[in-house]
Amino acid sequence: MNVKPINELFEKELVVINMGLESFADNLRDVDVKVLQMNWKPPAGGNKKIASLLARLGR
Amino acid sequence: MKVDIDKANQEAVSRILKAKPTIVDISTAGEVVPGMKKNLILHAGPPLTWDRMCGPMRGAVIGGLIYEGLAKNQKEAEELAASGDIEFSPWHHHDGVGPMAGVATYSMPVWILENKTFGNKAYCTLNEGLGKVLRYGAFSDEVIAKLKWMETELAPILKKAIEKHGEIDMKNLISQALQMGDEGHNRNRAGTSLLIRELAPYLVRLDEDREKIAKVLEFMHSNDHFFLNLTMPAAKCTVEPAANIEGSSIIYTMARNGTDFGIRISGLGDRWFTAPATMVDGLYLPGFTAKDAAPDIGDSVITETSGIGGFAMAAAPAIVKFVGGSPKDAVNFTKQMYEITVAENDTYQIPFLDFRGTPTGIDLLKIMETGILPRINTGIAHKDPGVGMVGAGLVKPPMKCFEDALEAFADKYGD
Repeated sequence: MNVKPINELFEKELVVINMGLESFADNLRDVDVKVLQMNWKPPAGGNKKIASLLARLGR
Repeated sequence: MKVDIDKANQEAVSRILKAKPTIVDISTAGEVVPGMKKNLILHAGPPLTWDRMCGPMRGAVIGGLIYEGLAKNQKEAEELAASGDIEFSPWHHHDGVGPMAGVATYSMPVWILENKTFGNKAYCTLNEGLGKVLRYGAFSDEVIAKLKWMETELAPILKKAIEKHGEIDMKNLISQALQMGDEGHNRNRAGTSLLIRELAPYLVRLDEDREKIAKVLEFMHSNDHFFLNLTMPAAKCTVEPAANIEGSSIIYTMARNGTDFGIRISGLGDRWFTAPATMVDGLYLPGFTAKDAAPDIGDSVITETSGIGGFAMAAAPAIVKFVGGSPKDAVNFTKQMYEITVAENDTYQIPFLDFRGTPTGIDLLKIMETGILPRINTGIAHKDPGVGMVGAGLVKPPMKCFEDALEAFADKYGD
């Protein structure tokens, strides 16, 4: 496995976009990494019944 | 998919945006409200029977029966209300809306508004003020006396002034009020002032006793909510043409009766989807606490349904002194409502958001996709009959009625 691109990535300043649990972003903020928390939730909040009803309507 | 939902929703919201709500007259419920009769009591929210009514709704019914001379006191009124001789029906089934308990009886004066674009009308009683008032469930002698004064002096004098003035463009007044710090539901200070400015020159020219005219002006001046009973029917006649559009998931009714919260969806016709009304998170008048509160009640959420009220709170930062929260919250509430609406209003604009149009046209599917519920601000009635207003605050409707509506919508239109 070529790990060079990953190593190069971590040699630069990291700017992270976090989706989902904000505690992941908090951990990075604690070590002074710039983080943008994306306002995103799974469709229908992850409720399978609602998601399936929406899917029937093409959503 | 059996229909083009997005196209249907665009049609629904275009009708909302094209509306021209206009004050045309004042009359009595018995004269003009469709289906009104002497033994009928109109109320806020979805359909309701006497046995399921909350305290303030019962109090308002008791007061309405005493006001009409159908009962002499509370005991007689309660017996009559439970006897089956009195019929109850939602205002929404009679082209109207009522704030809080929303009780209206045959002799009560009503505003008549007309949507000039589509020709449909909407009705609403005149606002009584805050505190011990019928719509919050109070029915003492002073409450009934004020209602009688409204019937015999206030309404006839205002009717004459409107006849002299001519019809009043409510869309224009509401849009001005939003530029002046109102949102049209729980802040109506600017709208009330604008109405007084419109009517005052015509009031003073009436061939009426000067003291009576002064009392009318004083009453409007002392009641910042006087304009609410005009924004509500303006909103009602605005959204009504968006009903019954095949395939549309736009919500054209939200309403509460203190027992249930109910919604109606354009593409699902007249069917109500209801769930138990929730409690309001708010600020209380001195001497009252959350323990005194009745659940969420009233048709005034028609304002939010039309794109003002809680949806326009960014226009009214001062409202937080009345309903709680911070000015930043007020801005965030409005911003969040863009997530669940399909359009931005082309007339009602918010200065603080660079004159962005208010979020308009609530889409059931967007609510269910995002999990974001409509933001509503509201008054709080005491849970017992006969007391009145105890506070004001913010409330979220119950998710259950939206879930049930989605299921019905998917059954009718889904694959």
